[in-house]
Amino acid sequence: MLDAALASRLSAVLPPAAFLDAPEATRPYECDGLTLFRERPGAVLLPQTEAQVVAILKICHEARVPVVPRGAGTGLSGGALPHADGVVLSLARFNRILSIDPLARTAVVQPGVRNLAISEAAAAYGLYYAPDPSSQIACSIGGNVAENSGGVHCLKYGLTVHNVRRVRGVLVTGDIVEFGNDALDAPGYDLLALVHGSEGLLAVITEITVKLCPKPPLAQCVLAAFDDVEKAGAAVAAIIGAGIVPAGLEMMDQRATRAVEDFVHAGYPLAAAAVLLVESDGTPEEVAHEIAEVSRVLTSAGATEIRISKDERQRLLFWSGRKAAFPAVGRISPDYYCIDGTIPRAALPLVLRKIEAWSAEYGLACANVFHAGDGNLHPLILFDANRAGEAERTIAFGDRILALCIEVGGTITGEHGVGVEKLTSMCAQFGQDELACFLAIKSAFDPSGLLNPGKAVPTLARCAEIGGMHVHHGALPHADLPRF
Amino acid sequence: MTADVVAEWQDRIRAAAAARTPLAIVGGGTKAFYGNPTAGELLDTRACAGIVDYEPTELVLVARAGTPLAEIEQRLADAGQMLAFEPPHFGPGATLGGVVAAGLSGPRRPWGGAVRDLVLGLSVVDGHGTLLRFGGRVMKNVAGFDATRLMVGALGTLGVITEVALKCLPVPRCDATRAFECGADAAIQMTNDWSARGLPLSATCYWRGTLAVRLSGAEPAVVQAMRTLGGTSVDNATSFWASVREQTHDFFADGARTGDALWRLSVGATSPHAGLGGEQLIEWGGALRWLWQPSSIDAATVRQRAAQAHGHATLFRGSDAVRVAHGTFAPLPAPLHAIHERLKATFDPARILNRDRLYAGL
Ligand SMILES: Cc1cc2nc3c(=O)[nH]c(=O)nc-3n(C[C@H](O)[C@H](O)[C@H](O)COP(=O)(O)OP(=O)(O)OC[C@H]3O[C@@H](n4cnc5c(N)ncnc54)[C@H](O)[C@@H]3O)c2cc1C
Repeated sequence: MLDAALASRLSAVLPPAAFLDAPEATRPYECDGLTLFRERPGAVLLPQTEAQVVAILKICHEARVPVVPRGAGTGLSGGALPHADGVVLSLARFNRILSIDPLARTAVVQPGVRNLAISEAAAAYGLYYAPDPSSQIACSIGGNVAENSGGVHCLKYGLTVHNVRRVRGVLVTGDIVEFGNDALDAPGYDLLALVHGSEGLLAVITEITVKLCPKPPLAQCVLAAFDDVEKAGAAVAAIIGAGIVPAGLEMMDQRATRAVEDFVHAGYPLAAAAVLLVESDGTPEEVAHEIAEVSRVLTSAGATEIRISKDERQRLLFWSGRKAAFPAVGRISPDYYCIDGTIPRAALPLVLRKIEAWSAEYGLACANVFHAGDGNLHPLILFDANRAGEAERTIAFGDRILALCIEVGGTITGEHGVGVEKLTSMCAQFGQDELACFLAIKSAFDPSGLLNPGKAVPTLARCAEIGGMHVHHGALPHADLPRF
Repeated sequence: MTADVVAEWQDRIRAAAAARTPLAIVGGGTKAFYGNPTAGELLDTRACAGIVDYEPTELVLVARAGTPLAEIEQRLADAGQMLAFEPPHFGPGATLGGVVAAGLSGPRRPWGGAVRDLVLGLSVVDGHGTLLRFGGRVMKNVAGFDATRLMVGALGTLGVITEVALKCLPVPRCDATRAFECGADAAIQMTNDWSARGLPLSATCYWRGTLAVRLSGAEPAVVQAMRTLGGTSVDNATSFWASVREQTHDFFADGARTGDALWRLSVGATSPHAGLGGEQLIEWGGALRWLWQPSSIDAATVRQRAAQAHGHATLFRGSDAVRVAHGTFAPLPAPLHAIHERLKATFDPARILNRDRLYAGL
């Protein structure tokens, strides 16, 4: 708990019931979507206005109290994990869509607005917000900016960073800043890009202008079955190589389709080793044209079955399993651990083959569900934390996958962020010089180091300790991670 | 060989930092007019050239900074791909490093993305002489802060770019350009309306009563859009769009002869034509306005008008004296300027790299 004087100063700037410090009240804030890490915060603050955020930050800055910004708490890397000596600053009450400009195709929203709510509000104008994380019914747009989140449609429409024009925020000192504007660029360094994926370390986001896209008149989905995972991987490269950039290009392996089929009853071909979902959108003519091309490529890549959605109901049915993959896997296994590496598409067959081999080696089942078009893998390692040694083996397996991602020229996180989870892997992906730059960028915004300390960038001491500087050839040290 | 060049730059930068000798980073020199005047010993990036890797099915091209832009564009065209941000060359000899450092995008920008949207990773030698690698070759990467995009448009003030990985895209199967006679505000209204309706626009240019619109995409989409829009056909559309991109179009050529200064106003796309200070050439569906103004004009006034249109004004072309007097780029609010200073102090504490080119003092 915070000291009494500080607690009363903070509650004085907040509306009633917006300062929580009773253990039962702060418990829901002990973790984010990565439940393996938990911490009791000193207090949870729920401001409603930017002036209150400014006041909170000024008080905390003066008192040298760490501040952990939080959106909806769906993050998967522990980015919103509380600091024991600090406060959680929840933006949940910043939940208003301030304006929509249908002609300019922009919306001004508060950070606590749910991702999907933007598209729902824009639908009246035939517009939508393109990036669509699977968590879109719950996650906040502020969290999306802080993580630079992606989704199924990002292959064609870009990530969060490509769909945000302006971010307004408050620095730890209480200074209000704006990155970007209503135009298509801004003078000076691209701080708008820098704040994307900054995991709450640079500024507290209080307002966002997003770009909206016209809703395509038609979307259709092709479901293709393959008797071999590597063939499916090669088909992905073949589609891109044919000059087609589909609206979505996702893959599920057999373990995943079997898990989701029990859950959603979408009629997936369960005998298939892998299933690809390829979405096409645009005018009916465009879609017909693209679907024909995609089908041709899939056939010559060895698809054993191709289904084309006949109507919107069936399209959504095809997607239902992909969207519900996480909860479905959650039903068949007591615990699962989601890996988020990205690799060059050409490495897909190799990486999938290795994951399969390691799955046998570690005795841990692994379901693959991922953004294949972007090369963004989400192997879900199934385990039971109550069984001795399984959690440790899971971590070792996961680390090995991430090391492989680095080795083939990829990255340890495509969209879920580093948080506290991947701090050790950061030591493998980056050299000391790059890490020192990241730390310096952090202090350029927050010299006091009070905004979400200990996240996203490991200290150089940590990397030195594990001896994990820039490891090549997959020789990532399996140092004990702090979470177990 | 290239490793040697980079090592040589590192040594040179270390020595320059120790001696506080400013360096002027130059590729083809095609964008020397852009930014504040900077003085220093020449560091020619063209010694570090060549396409390192290009895999069309990955949609990724990796090339060294001194590689001629024309060479890259040719290589991509041979494989049916392109740089979707359609960068201006502004003269023969433009290099990739210059394109990325200047961060300027061409007519396709509102629909195809900006330079920063398509840069996946890069290597840079900072003002300490340290070689840093940021980002990578993959489409999605959120490990570490986005220092890659930080370098785009930084005009070399944070480091000398040595290598860049770019996302490439397939060339649209079909292109068509249509022309419409209308007033400026009608052009702004129409282009925004068409974009909102999802028509496959890929460039717009309005000047003196004529709006030209390029449509790009799959053939059925372009054919149908042409039917919807009407308009008249345009001869030599390819060279027309090149003249807009390269600023050889009459609007630019005529203005250049007057000795006036060329302003680039990047504004909210629906901002009215009036109130920005005179006749404009309008690109980017209304979001980019080019404007000639006498060199004697009060720069603050131009900038204030752009700010009222929710954007900013850049003194794009003008004499050295004018750019020194007014600064090329709109001044930043104090907290943002302080962040810029701290970033500069991190990457180039001796302030040797392209000193003052972005902002005086950086
Ligand atoms: C079932 C499930 C599916 C998912 N699918 C996807 C997916 O497809 N793609 C994807 O990219 N992610 C996915 N995620 C991860 C997660 O939903 C995203 O990272 C999301 O953007 C987090 O938003 P949030 O509001 O929950 O943020 P939180 O978890 O509350 O916070 C995330 C980070 O952002 C910071 N932050 C939050 N709000 C602010 C603010 N206003 N100012 C400054 N910093 C802030 C926090 O400090 C923290 O570091 C999924 C998660 C779950 C549980």
